[in-house]
Amino acid sequence: MLANIVNLLSSACLLLGAFLIISGAVGVLRFPDFFTRMHAAGVTETLATTLILLGLMLLAGWSIISFKLLLILLFILITSPVASHALTKAALHGKLWPLVDGKNEQ
Amino acid sequence: MKHCLSLAFVLMVLWLGNSGYYSPLLLSLGALSVVFAVWVSHRMDVIDHESQPLHLSGHILFFYCWLVGKIILSNIDVVKRIWLGNKSISPCVARLPLSQETDMGKVIYANSITLTPGTVSMDIEGTTVLVHALTAENIAELKDGEMNRRVADLEL
Repeated sequence: MLANIVNLLSSACLLLGAFLIISGAVGVLRFPDFFTRMHAAGVTETLATTLILLGLMLLAGWSIISFKLLLILLFILITSPVASHALTKAALHGKLWPLVDGKNEQ
Repeated sequence: MKHCLSLAFVLMVLWLGNSGYYSPLLLSLGALSVVFAVWVSHRMDVIDHESQPLHLSGHILFFYCWLVGKIILSNIDVVKRIWLGNKSISPCVARLPLSQETDMGKVIYANSITLTPGTVSMDIEGTTVLVHALTAENIAELKDGEMNRRVADLEL
């Protein structure tokens, strides 16, 4: 009974994570410029990875594998904003200025 | 000293969690490598309050719980806009004030901005951070300064 519930929860997490990854990919293709595409990629690297790893952790149960998955999650959550920041900063240095509509306060 | 101990503790947990073999030989080899790693980092003079931010550990858990909630909400918002299409977004750039005093506080704030989808910190100059946002509402929310205040409170 409990195993069934855990399986169901983990499949829900994995499916939702997969949907978010597809959404992120669609966003990367759809959005107009580099900076807005970064936001779409941000969906895949935060909630989508968290849900996928959470689903795998539920499948693995209380074991050393879950601990390793948790470490992977922590490293991704710590390193991905640094990588995004480095990318946008490099784009600014390369004189790529974002498309802006509305207010632009410099 | 307490920074050395905390590094040794973190390394031990990492070693035990990643090895999975607990025979006396392997455990003693692990202990030896932890001691060696701590000694080398001590000689390199990289063990300090920046690499082991112990003074933050009390409040940072609450902050991260709050941040997780924020991340989930902004993920839903961005996914909605992805499927609604380009008409629903209004990209904008703004320079926001940083009220943190230490470098660590500024980094935590800029990282939190980038970690929530919909806002990316592009550059830090002195006491301001340049932020790119997917919509004007995202910028307005950051301007309210709740995240800024929460990170500044961590420094106390």
